[in-house]
Amino acid sequence: MPSRLLDIRKAVLNKNDQLASALRLRFRAAGLLTLNLVSSPGTGKTALLERTLRTLRESGHPAGALVGDLQTDNDAKRLARSGAPVRQIITHGNCHLEADMVAAHLDGFDLPALEFFFIENVGNLVCPSSYDLGEDLRIVLLSVTEGEDKPLKYPPMFNSSDAAIITKIDLAEVCEFDREAARANILAMRPNMRIFEVSAKTGAGMQEWLDYVLQQRKGR
Amino acid sequence: MHELSIAHSLVESAVEAAEKAGARRVTRVQLRLGALSGVVRNALEFGYEITTQGTLLEGSELVIEELPVILDCNVCHTQTTLDGLQTFACPACGAPGPRMIQGRELELQSIEIDVDDTVYVDAIPEASLALPTP
Repeated sequence: MPSRLLDIRKAVLNKNDQLASALRLRFRAAGLLTLNLVSSPGTGKTALLERTLRTLRESGHPAGALVGDLQTDNDAKRLARSGAPVRQIITHGNCHLEADMVAAHLDGFDLPALEFFFIENVGNLVCPSSYDLGEDLRIVLLSVTEGEDKPLKYPPMFNSSDAAIITKIDLAEVCEFDREAARANILAMRPNMRIFEVSAKTGAGMQEWLDYVLQQRKGR
Repeated sequence: MHELSIAHSLVESAVEAAEKAGARRVTRVQLRLGALSGVVRNALEFGYEITTQGTLLEGSELVIEELPVILDCNVCHTQTTLDGLQTFACPACGAPGPRMIQGRELELQSIEIDVDDTVYVDAIPEASLALPTP
């Protein structure tokens, strides 16, 4: 049987990438700045988002959110307390969000009425790094309880992110967290990356983070 | 572990291309895998074996070309191939913003297929099949 070599040269995640590009156009046409929040489980994505949504809303900047979770809608319920429109994506065990899951959950959002759109990814520092969701910015979170060398253990995620937030900064001292080491490790993965130190509980560092978010939308 | 879902996308693309070309089966799949693709080779190979079952790719060989990260510095204009993934500043001059020109690839490069050139017996006119009379 004769054999042939077929040249293909196509990204394996081509379908996801194309859908993500279409989403990005749609979000931008609606005037949104879209942010994809990634971290390991328990870093405090939901806590940060809850406070972010509430503060943005109170200062006249409406924001919405999609929240990925393996099994529950607990996070969406929590976030809905901020008064922002929120929907849950339950992935039924899938360890990351893909662009088609985002696209399938946009019904019911009045996107042009919003200024910011947050996508809280599934807690996982590995798999979500491969999937573009149509975001403008990928924000990686690292909590002071996790260890300063985490960025070195997850290069693809930290390298592909646009900004980093060190969360639970109010616990830094108790955990003997070495800020300088953590910052150096983040910068090793992505030199020049903007780093925020935030406590969603006390509000420390929130203003700087929110200023950045507002600035990023204005700059586009 | 998302390699199973990556393998699924890979198989889907390869099957699509193979069917379009009228392949009987796919014997080899060549993949380019960047060091910063976020995909673990072993896990992908495992996922490949599972997801190819019952498809045109069943039993095919997955050939993975691993690509290191290459940085191109916009300050000192040096191109450097990284040994590891522990720092992304320019190794030559220390500048913080080198452009990454290789390392994120997750790309289906090519496939090798068997195409059918067998002439089926039903396609041959009956007369020519008649046994010669002794």
